[in-house]
This record gives sequence, structure tokens and C-alpha cells, in this order.
Amino acid sequence: MIALTAATAMLSVLPARAEEALRPRTRAAVQGIVGDRTVREGGITLRLPAIAENGNSVPLAISVDSPMTESDHVTAVHVLADANPLAEVATFRFTPACGRAEASTRIRLGETQDLVAIAELSDGSVRLARQEVKVTIGGCGG
Amino acid sequence: MPAPMGTPRARIPTGVKAGDVIEIRTLITHPMETGQRRDAAGAVIPRDIIRSFAARFDGEEVFRMELHAAVSANPFIAFPFRADRSGRFEFVWTNDAGESARLAADLRVG
Repeated sequence: MIALTAATAMLSVLPARAEEALRPRTRAAVQGIVGDRTVREGGITLRLPAIAENGNSVPLAISVDSPMTESDHVTAVHVLADANPLAEVATFRFTPACGRAEASTRIRLGETQDLVAIAELSDGSVRLARQEVKVTIGGCGG
Repeated sequence: MPAPMGTPRARIPTGVKAGDVIEIRTLITHPMETGQRRDAAGAVIPRDIIRSFAARFDGEEVFRMELHAAVSANPFIAFPFRADRSGRFEFVWTNDAGESARLAADLRVG
């Protein structure tokens, strides 16, 4: 059971602001990960450049606040790109042996868009972060 | 024909003390062909990507990543690890065809 506080109480599964203007395909992907769990914003950081000159290689880093103990840790962080040809970008799967819940990689972005990161925690809670990246030269063409 | 799996590399920090949370950085050469591009004749170039990365420490999986076509060519992956003792990492990258590249690297905890 996830206790609802004033800050997390909501009508929909997703926080209204997080759901706003995401494409139906992205919303469906988020829903597929989240299921019937309650999503909280906060406690998760998605670091991307505000402006990416080259969409072929955009640095991405995610981190989630967690003690990363056996009883309280992050199990996965999923990253979605709202306007890429496919929404799915990557999933990072963590164990307590990681010591921290953070990871980084480099990704392709076809155009200016929002990125969404969803963290799944061992207690069944789910956290979501959203970040816009402006892309100067898209990285999905050919 | 899938692209060759390329050369894997990993950077393990040195001078590590027990309890430190270190960052492991890995890189492998691979085109990460998205399946979205067309060749000069207009034919779709088939998708050929590294689909998964797994890190084991002394045989136990500690971190995994599932990659999609949006991960850049020559995938760079960095992740944390709590260094409690010396041991051996094994990293495995696997492509769409099920072919793997492997790399072992030792961690020394002083």
C-alpha cells in the first residue's frame, strides 16, 4: 500500500503536469510501466543539456534518491523520448550492490522534445521526472 | 549480417577504499543501426543494435541495461558500484542476433 499525502493525492494515475501534452504513444508507454501504481514527482533527476547541438549524441544522466539497501532500493529506471520514432530509449536495472541509483549514457534525439524518466522502487512506489531538450540538428534521419 | 561486436572497454577506478561508491565507465564500438534509415537505393537498412548490457561482480549480476535504437552509436554506459572488497567484474554486451562481447576487469580495494 502506498499512503497518499496531500502532495501526492491525485485523480489520475499520473500527476497532471507530467501527463500534460505527452503524445498518446508516450502516455501508453508510461502507463505500461506504471500499471495501477501511484506516481510521485520528485526524488528523481533527469540531467540533459537544455540545448543539444547534435541529436546523434546527447548526454543523459539519471539519478534517484535512495539508500540502496536490501529493503529500500531502486530496481529500475526507464527513459522515454516523447517525439522519437520509438518512445523507448533505455532501461537501467539496479541492485543494492550499486550503492547509488544513478547511470549515464548518450542518446539520439530526432527533434526538440520532452524526455521522461520513471523509477520503480522496491517498495512498489514509482517516481517520474520530465525534462525538455531543444535539438539543433536531429539524430534519427538517414 | 550483423555488425561486428567491436572492441569493449571499461574503466575501473584505482585507489579505491572499502565502502567507496565508484563509477564504472564502459564503451563498445558498434554502429547501433536504428532500422529507421534507408540506403542509397531506398531500401530500409535493417536494425542491428546492442540490446543489452550486463555487469557481474564475482559472478553475481549487479547492474543491467536494456538498450533501444535511441542509444547512440558506440554505446557509453556508466553506472555505480559499492566497493566492499576486491574482485572481478565481467561485462557482457549482446546484440539483436544474440552475439555477445565480453570483458573482464579486476577491482582492487585497498
